[in-house]
Amino acid sequence: MQERVPLTEREVNRDLLRPVLTTPLWWWAAVGVLGLAASAGLGSALYLAINGFGVTGYNRPVMWAFLLVNFVFWVGISHAGIMLSAILRLTQAEWRRPATRAAEVLTIFSLMTAAQMPLWHVGRVWRIYWVFPYDFGRGIWPNVRSPLVWDPSAIFTYLTSTILFVYIAMLPDIAVIRDRATGWRQGFYGVLAMGWRGTPRQWHLQAVAGILLSAIILPIFVSVHSIVSWDFGVAIAVEGWHATVFAPYFVIGAVWSGVAGVITLMALMRWLFKAEKYIRAEHFDGLGKLLSVVGIGWWFFTLMEIVFSLYSKEAAEVSFRTLQMFTWPYNMLFILFFLTGFVFPVTLFLSRTVRHNIAAMFWISIFVNIGMWLERFMIIVPGLMRKQGLTFTWGSYSPGATETILVGSTFAMVALGLLIFSKFFPLIPLSDAKEGEVLRHEIQVGKVKVPAIIREA
Amino acid sequence: MADTSILGLFSNVDTAVVGADKLKEAGFEDFEVLTGSPYPEGAFGEKPIKHKLFVFPIIGAVCGFTVGMLLTAGTQLAYPMVTGGKPILSLPPMAIITYEGTMLGAVLFTIVGIIFESRLPRPRLGLYDRRITEGFIGLMVTSSEQRIGRAEQALKDAKATEIKSSARAGA
Repeated sequence: MQERVPLTEREVNRDLLRPVLTTPLWWWAAVGVLGLAASAGLGSALYLAINGFGVTGYNRPVMWAFLLVNFVFWVGISHAGIMLSAILRLTQAEWRRPATRAAEVLTIFSLMTAAQMPLWHVGRVWRIYWVFPYDFGRGIWPNVRSPLVWDPSAIFTYLTSTILFVYIAMLPDIAVIRDRATGWRQGFYGVLAMGWRGTPRQWHLQAVAGILLSAIILPIFVSVHSIVSWDFGVAIAVEGWHATVFAPYFVIGAVWSGVAGVITLMALMRWLFKAEKYIRAEHFDGLGKLLSVVGIGWWFFTLMEIVFSLYSKEAAEVSFRTLQMFTWPYNMLFILFFLTGFVFPVTLFLSRTVRHNIAAMFWISIFVNIGMWLERFMIIVPGLMRKQGLTFTWGSYSPGATETILVGSTFAMVALGLLIFSKFFPLIPLSDAKEGEVLRHEIQVGKVKVPAIIREA
Repeated sequence: MADTSILGLFSNVDTAVVGADKLKEAGFEDFEVLTGSPYPEGAFGEKPIKHKLFVFPIIGAVCGFTVGMLLTAGTQLAYPMVTGGKPILSLPPMAIITYEGTMLGAVLFTIVGIIFESRLPRPRLGLYDRRITEGFIGLMVTSSEQRIGRAEQALKDAKATEIKSSARAGA
């Protein structure tokens, strides 16, 4: 296990600014590959926009499928990112330090990616501005009673808040880069740093801002995934969707998948940026413990959703659940979802040995998100297949190449965004790492020295 | 006569605290501490920091709430569409969008408040040293030319690694 070693400010700068100030060969290669994959997705999206939905596998009544499954998936990832950061800041958890920035930035890129999905899904992407109260000329305003207008308002609020939160928290780090950069980069970071000098007042405001903004953003986080769940919950015609449990169920599912996403990212950062001194086994241990509780909580909601829907024994509901859980190929997907989304991760997260094994944590976090992607698919597609009451109007869905490429490329888009961000700004906050060193002390208890952290009240 | 600034650089927190004490003994209470790390409040004997940041999110929330209400009510009244004989103004969706507006207003005003209360943006850095973000601690005093010599002597007595002056730097 990697032990914590004392570091000077100069060492922290050197280690954490290395990805910003130097560009290894692998970075260019990764950007090239991810850029190609993202371009393929963009090409698919344009092909879809030009030729219409006939090129996809969408067919009545399954008109929400891969694109909206992916929308809910990325919104979920984005939510836990900032949730994790905000809760760890509010509780002043000492192990938050290397995790907060990565979580916040993951939120930004996954939310941007998520926001694309409905954009392409509406078909006429050039009319997307209709969701905003803008069309003064015609006098036709967006119908605020539609959940499809609630989503943009929630996502806009969340994205704006997160970007500003990240920027404000990053001011001291930008000043460090400004002091080290030369040429045009010095001017660029100089403007972004806004003249930060590190006075006690500025540091104090940073601390207050972290807590205050976290406290404001947490309710936004809860509201956004609740609103996304209401896209489904208020649709009374679809079995399996019209459930009051959906808002908390979606929120806890988002935490489950999003924190797993943060584990994936932290493991990659540790390996790619050689951040072993900053991202240590104890951080994965903390995240693993948190996730074992969240995973069990999320599964409780999943069970509630299934049990209460079947309790009334309504024919339509029974038919839908039979399709979802016992009919090929959905039974196979359901088993895969159950194993990867719950059984494997929760069982393994309970083991301390596994929580301290970073490679294992990386792969388990991937499993969680395979399961969570399938969960959204299992809610949306089988639900819509049984949307109509008459059996001759039932339908099915087989994904086409267009939406499959587009969905696959979204993973490249998020990774590309994170990689480019890491070239301009540090993914581990320098000021947090330095504060950890300032407040770090060891006290003698009997014959051992143990770490003691002093903290302002 | 224009004031002059001097910046004393200290290599660690203990010598910087001695420097701060010496400055106080020499009659300089209003000096600035510049650090690359957040130290606990009062670590250098500086005065407690007062601010009004908590007012900003409240004002922002009120503004956001008002805009949200006006937007949702206004758009429904501007295109009155009766659905199922229900009232034109549908409160649940208004509550959702107004809630988001309220929170957005609170965040935006908080950000403005943080920048304002942090005394940013500052177009010119003034007397500064890049070593501050490497672990050095800067104590900066601004005073008249007659008095600044005493501050410089205090910093020298505290064994400052280097003392920079705005007069010498031409700042």
